[in-house]
Amino acid sequence: MAQPRVIIVGAGPSGVRCAETLVAAGLRPTVIDENRRDGGQIYRRQPDNFTRPYAKLYGTEAGRAQSLHESFDALRDKVDYLPETLAWNIFDNKLHVVRNEVSSAMPYDALIICSGATDRLMPVKGWHYAGTYSLGASQIALKAQACAIGRQIVFLGTGPLLYLVASQYIKAGANVAAVLDTSPLMRRVMALPKLLARPSVLLNGLGLVAGIKRAGVPVLTGITPVEIKGESESGVQSVLIRDSRGNERSFQCDAVAMGYHLRPETQLADLARCAFRFEQETRQWLPEVDEDGRSSVPGVYLAGDGMRVLGADAAEIGGRLAAMAVLTDLRLKVSDEELQGLRAEQASMERFRQGLAQAFPWPAEQAAQLPDEAIVCRCEAITAGELRHVVCGMGAQEANRAKAFSRVGMGRCQGRYCGHAGAEVIAHAAGVPVEQVGRLRGQAPVKPLSIAVREEQE
Amino acid sequence: MNHRFTRLAETSRIPVRLVIDGHTVEALVGDTLMVALLNNVRHLRESEFDDGKRAGFCLMGACQDCWVWTADGERLRACTTVVGEGMHIVTRQPEATWPNLA
Repeated sequence: MAQPRVIIVGAGPSGVRCAETLVAAGLRPTVIDENRRDGGQIYRRQPDNFTRPYAKLYGTEAGRAQSLHESFDALRDKVDYLPETLAWNIFDNKLHVVRNEVSSAMPYDALIICSGATDRLMPVKGWHYAGTYSLGASQIALKAQACAIGRQIVFLGTGPLLYLVASQYIKAGANVAAVLDTSPLMRRVMALPKLLARPSVLLNGLGLVAGIKRAGVPVLTGITPVEIKGESESGVQSVLIRDSRGNERSFQCDAVAMGYHLRPETQLADLARCAFRFEQETRQWLPEVDEDGRSSVPGVYLAGDGMRVLGADAAEIGGRLAAMAVLTDLRLKVSDEELQGLRAEQASMERFRQGLAQAFPWPAEQAAQLPDEAIVCRCEAITAGELRHVVCGMGAQEANRAKAFSRVGMGRCQGRYCGHAGAEVIAHAAGVPVEQVGRLRGQAPVKPLSIAVREEQE
Repeated sequence: MNHRFTRLAETSRIPVRLVIDGHTVEALVGDTLMVALLNNVRHLRESEFDDGKRAGFCLMGACQDCWVWTADGERLRACTTVVGEGMHIVTRQPEATWPNLA
């Protein structure tokens, strides 16, 4: 039998472990990655001429980061690795990629999408000012470039990344003005039984919060963001919030790192025509998968945070599981014992994920309270008022129709940063549940292509 | 203050020179174009929609907020481009802006 054509999209934790498992079974997968180097976002590698050791770069996760990088280094001559390559469409059982401005179509027997996640964002008035970054961005600035995003930084949002990045900034010597969390502390207490599914991670998290407080940085929970104050020329100047008792408080800063946990990058799964379902706990649409990552489309598999956000450790497990699903479906042998072991591990990761969703909820109610003049779409500076107008004045109660009328979701981020919040604004304005608003359809190309791109000549 | 980002480590790298809006400035080998720019100035570009200066947002090639213009009229995504000696970047919007006049 000819070698099956197996393509992995993404060289982060799930993509690397997936490739490793396939190679061990005698296959030679193609690994496509948009980044210059492997590691994904979480274990992003610094440039060659940087010298910080693993412990400094990745903290408690240094061992895992190093192991992942070394595993991939060892795989390099056993896989076809295409870095700096964008997978931009899936059509007719072919993955369309662009590399060095040349587009080609790659047929596959099995496609494993390990596309990772981006920050999940809830707008606040003033978030378009220069100096507002996503939490992930603030971490990349530090990890990959040894920079802080400003001189005085406010961390705003919710989720474990909020505390992780804030504490990484403090350790690196940056000046953190405050950590402002929209989730009330009580939610964390209520989520404890689920969070105990991963006691060491829970302990790490508690340690981070304690460390931030020890450094003298104010940590406020249960806050409501009111406004990022600034000026269109010079950018961010301060963050105004209401604390849990309802008092307004302002924090001076020249940078804001903002995020509400993560959202999976599901555009490729969407273009492959995978079925999605609405998840009530996190109020978002997720691809339907079985416990090993098989999507509803034969030959298309999902793994890692691009499927659902379970974090880096679970992404490694998910990559292995998806690889085993591929092998099983190709009628190749897999170890049933290993499969059962991985499934069991993944089940506690899933329980922990539910705990995080309970502890750090997506603050949907903020969308309803956004003032009309607040920008929802940063790409094209479209306000909440304009979006509400197409809902109430033009009858657009569905996400794609509202997008067509208002252009929220049509800018160059293609809805990555406004899509979830936009749906909440529409739902509230229309008085319908958010799942009824639907979800923005994925569109090819999933990221902008240069007009200079040409098709590969056979 | 005339720059937005601050360097916390890795500062003994070899310098590279680039030109921002006609001024020659220094960055370090291994910087992304975005980091090279924001260690010298406070923004990357002007919004086409007239809501002010922009300085990028996601740093992972997802938001497309950091596209900058070169003096030759080429566009580069600053967060995924590595800075090169002699690059010439213009942070002013070279076309008309499209403000919301409603």
